[in-house]
Amino acid sequence: MTTGAWLMLVATWSVVVFFTARFFWKVLTLPPRADDSEESSPRG
Amino acid sequence: MDEGRREGWGTRVGLVLAMAGNAVGLGNFLRFPAQAAQNGGGAFLIPYLVSFLLMGIPLLWVEWAIGRHGGQYGHHSAPGMFDRLGRSRWLKYLGVFGIFTNLTVAAYYCYIESWTLAYVFHSLVGTFRSVDPGTFFDAFVGGHERSLLAVPVEAFGWFVVTLALNVWILSRGLEKGVEVAAKVGMPLLMVFAVVLVARGLTLSAGDPGVVQSPLDGLGFVWHPDLSGLSNPTTWLAAAGQIFFTLSVGMGSIHCYASYVGKRQDIALNAASAGWMNEFVEVVLGGSLLIPISTAYLGLQAVEAATAGGGGFGLGFMSLPTLFNHWGWFAPLAGAMWFSLLFFAGITSSLAMGQPILAFLENEFAVRRGRAALSFGAATLVLGGFTVWLYPGGAHSEFDFWTGTFALVVFALGEVLVFAWVFGMDRGWEEITRGADMKVPYVFRYVIQYVTPAFILAIFVGALVKPAGEWGAALSSLTGGQGWPFAPDSVVGKVLHVGVSGGWFDAEGYATRALVEDVTRLLLTFVFLGCAALVFRAWRGRERGSR
Repeated sequence: MTTGAWLMLVATWSVVVFFTARFFWKVLTLPPRADDSEESSPRG
Repeated sequence: MDEGRREGWGTRVGLVLAMAGNAVGLGNFLRFPAQAAQNGGGAFLIPYLVSFLLMGIPLLWVEWAIGRHGGQYGHHSAPGMFDRLGRSRWLKYLGVFGIFTNLTVAAYYCYIESWTLAYVFHSLVGTFRSVDPGTFFDAFVGGHERSLLAVPVEAFGWFVVTLALNVWILSRGLEKGVEVAAKVGMPLLMVFAVVLVARGLTLSAGDPGVVQSPLDGLGFVWHPDLSGLSNPTTWLAAAGQIFFTLSVGMGSIHCYASYVGKRQDIALNAASAGWMNEFVEVVLGGSLLIPISTAYLGLQAVEAATAGGGGFGLGFMSLPTLFNHWGWFAPLAGAMWFSLLFFAGITSSLAMGQPILAFLENEFAVRRGRAALSFGAATLVLGGFTVWLYPGGAHSEFDFWTGTFALVVFALGEVLVFAWVFGMDRGWEEITRGADMKVPYVFRYVIQYVTPAFILAIFVGALVKPAGEWGAALSSLTGGQGWPFAPDSVVGKVLHVGVSGGWFDAEGYATRALVEDVTRLLLTFVFLGCAALVFRAWRGRERGSR
């Protein structure tokens, strides 16, 4: 693999892994919001 | 089954996994690496990520917002949702696409899904130790028959089994069916992919059968050819890959989001599901097929196999043999590879089935179990058509008109209606209400101007895609030799470019042109049938309200 290929791989993987982990962590940890609509909503 | 209880998601994680599962499909593992390698390698990722930020994420927010907005009025399928976006009575007919595409894409997609299930079985029983996978595939789909009208019996059997599984899961409802499937399928998919990536990338010259380092394959995917950045083909390929990998323009995201409460977050959920799809595609999908294939076949063979921008041949016809070098682990590796493709497939096909069930439940008061059976019956008939006429091109016709073209038309229509009819003031409020993340304000303008421009570019690209490079086609046009339409452009398809002859050949056998025309006629009738159902449902509503 060339240096350019390694650079692109590391840069892209870093961006993708960072945002995937950041957003999914928030989904896992933020408490559910109270909802007053008639339709059912995710509980947890 | 509890029919009286209102449908809904059990947990937020389940919703995000189901949405991510909807987006993650076979293309993440088979199409993305080939597209990247053939369109500038690492440089492809620049237009790819730009398209993700300016078209993919905004479209996800738009579809989640339309879905949640429609859900507040009790609509869980696209016609009702679009009816609520403006005053025009024609808006609900844009929503017909949300029924038509899900039904027709599910029909042929379940067939591919059934191949993966069949290949799991054949990997475990060791079929590919003695039979060449290419020969097996040809016999399996009926490609070896002289007549294009022969019925592939085994393939049909697996198709029915796969369909039955989908119907059963859908009949269990959103929380106990779809959500459970996503919670089981998505983690298993990732575990299997990580195991195979780890084994594949640690192959070395001393291992049996290895002819080249798998890192050379990884380099093939990631080597940046920056000259591709000035080529419109690269940008169209990247935008197209983002568009199709996220499963936007179908109506399935709208449907899942319609079960989210009015003040619940959609911005973070959509971003999380979208980025999870990118993780599976870029990190896992980009590190599996091509590196392993390169290790055993050599880079030259892999370059040739992916020249068309797809990895289907490598995935179904080469990997099963290559795994045979892995000794006792070979059957398990094969089963893991095809299982992960199966999980990628079924989490998507379930998302296609739910809008159909919701449409029947909401608009015709059909009970869930019967709605699931109705979806299964319609998919069996339409999908059976593609199973039967796969060698004649029925499957690729379905894929082109419903799985490609209709999606782009629907997405273009929905983003224009959302931004310009529903209005960006209300649209922005809908996207940001209850948001658990700060949505940058610039996206308000991105959704209004940039995202439609991206989709319009994909639309025009699909309409008049040239055979060869765009620059050469322009030269041909200005030189008075006309525009060289590619066989897979919309115009090329309509004109049967690259398909020779009439409906029957000299020996009286049906030709590909006949199969293509019959398939188009069928799809036209299905679309009109869906529109007629919407018309009937609303006429019933109007009568009921008088």
